[in-house]
Amino acid sequence: MGNELLVTKDISMDFYSGNTKTRVLHGINLNIKKGKLTMVVGPSGSGKTTLVSIITAMLTPATGTVLFNNIDIFTLSNLEKTLLRQKNIGFVFQQYNLLNTLSATENASIPLLAAKVPFKEAQRKAVRVLQTLGLEDHINKLPSQLSGGEQQRVAIARALVHDPQFIVCDEPTASLDEKNGQKILKILKKISQKSNRSVLIVTHDNRIFDYADLIIYMNDGKLIENNSRVTKK
Amino acid sequence: MHIIALKMLLGDRAKYLGLIFGIMFATLLMSQQISIFLGVLTRTASQIVDISEANIWVMSPEMKYVDEVKPLSNFDLYKVKGVEGVKWAVPLFKGMGVIKTHDGNMQQIIVLGVDDHSLIGRPPKMLMGNWHDLKQPDALIMDKAGWDYIWPETSPKLGTVVELNERRAKIVGICEATPPFMTFPLVFTKFSNTAKYIPQGRKHMSFVLAKSEAGLSPTQVTQNITKKTRLQALTTDEFRWRSIHHYLTKTGLPINFGITVTLGFIVGATIAAQTFYIFIVENLKQFGALKAIGVTNKQILMMVAMQTIVVAAIGFSIGIGLAALFFESTSNLNAMRGFFLHWEVVVGTAITVLIIMLFASYISIRKVLLIDPATVFRG
Repeated sequence: MGNELLVTKDISMDFYSGNTKTRVLHGINLNIKKGKLTMVVGPSGSGKTTLVSIITAMLTPATGTVLFNNIDIFTLSNLEKTLLRQKNIGFVFQQYNLLNTLSATENASIPLLAAKVPFKEAQRKAVRVLQTLGLEDHINKLPSQLSGGEQQRVAIARALVHDPQFIVCDEPTASLDEKNGQKILKILKKISQKSNRSVLIVTHDNRIFDYADLIIYMNDGKLIENNSRVTKK
Repeated sequence: MHIIALKMLLGDRAKYLGLIFGIMFATLLMSQQISIFLGVLTRTASQIVDISEANIWVMSPEMKYVDEVKPLSNFDLYKVKGVEGVKWAVPLFKGMGVIKTHDGNMQQIIVLGVDDHSLIGRPPKMLMGNWHDLKQPDALIMDKAGWDYIWPETSPKLGTVVELNERRAKIVGICEATPPFMTFPLVFTKFSNTAKYIPQGRKHMSFVLAKSEAGLSPTQVTQNITKKTRLQALTTDEFRWRSIHHYLTKTGLPINFGITVTLGFIVGATIAAQTFYIFIVENLKQFGALKAIGVTNKQILMMVAMQTIVVAAIGFSIGIGLAALFFESTSNLNAMRGFFLHWEVVVGTAITVLIIMLFASYISIRKVLLIDPATVFRG
């Protein structure tokens, strides 16, 4: 294991409805490398969300292991899994999931506050990240006072503020127009190029595929294709 | 995360104010009604409390409380005086009469006849005149609230002549007394005068007031009195609680006040629990996102606890402040004399409010703790 941040081995997952068992993931093996932007693509119901939930330690698979920096995350307790996410993973959600009553700075500082960083220091770091994302004029605004693209950039700031190794983005451009979507992808691409960091994007927005270093195609819970590619952008 | 919890709470102004209102309403209703209830109960034993010289009350064996008088004969007084351990014993009369004023107004009153020589049983605090003036012929001392009731908006005037049960009487003093349960004016006169004003035949005495010898416990002396005289003898404290107990168990008072207090609790708890539940449910996705980001269950518990404590503290403070304001602003009203906010009620209400908010947060927090952080990926 050289440059890999995360490795999955033979991940399977079942969901139950009454006595009926449905297998939603079938023996998934993948390697996510540091310094790369990986996309998981596929139609709705293909198992993308389940896979992401498993590799971020939110769901436990029926079989298989997930190694994060060589640590098998399913040997950890629930608290240890939460702390693993707190320290090592940044999230960007499709619906941003910003707290409506908090300013951009306060929203962006949440991962630091969760890690018990003093409030003022957390605010300072959050402002710095917001500035690098071009939001210096919006640091005190509430989410309702920001456009969709600006809200998503606040969400990216929240994902970056604690300097995690792994950034997970769930359909980050789904609620944005093309111009804002491209802007967000350029930011994420730049973030992924930092040597010890990886960005994983779950998407079916084919306008952004060109930014990927690796595209993983999924269908019916199976990994169909695992293409390394030379990015155009 | 405490600041985040506070901002989440304060940012949703409608629900925040709803929660504050619920707790404030429950606090105000519970503290105000319980304090009035305690005030009413205190009134039921007011005449017992006001006579501080005696520590033993002797009465007919059938008597259950202070307002149910079954007269004793003069001979009973001598029997009590003869019991070992009794330092002194004096008679006390308690009855009802009707006062007729110079301008023809009539008013029912409570009459207390105190010992002619020692004047034991006299008013606890004089505002005008001197209690020794009770020794004058036809003398009465009236409580200030009684004067204000009969002659509203008129300053008390010593020497005012009235008729008490159609016999001449003269007001020689104005006193302050603990308000009685029945809001009638209270007058004091000599025991010997009461036979003239309220004749009752051979048995005229309502109680024998006694004092135990120094070094002997009043309880021990009451046992001696009961044994020797076959009369009922109680210490002041026992008689006070006996009277309060009677009103608690034989009247609708506790039920009436209990219903109001329970309604205050239920309405307050329902508003608070429902609003807090809706607040949590509406923020469930955000709590899910926080859990995904790495906020631990313990941190979320602390956030909800902080929100609970803030709402409880603000709602309680406003509610208890309004209750205090109510008692302060009504303290000059005769009908509200002796009613105040008891510190025990303040403490009890605070504990109850905490229970309400713990209940409200308990039913909400379970949803937050059980939410799967992976739900944030499901749109």
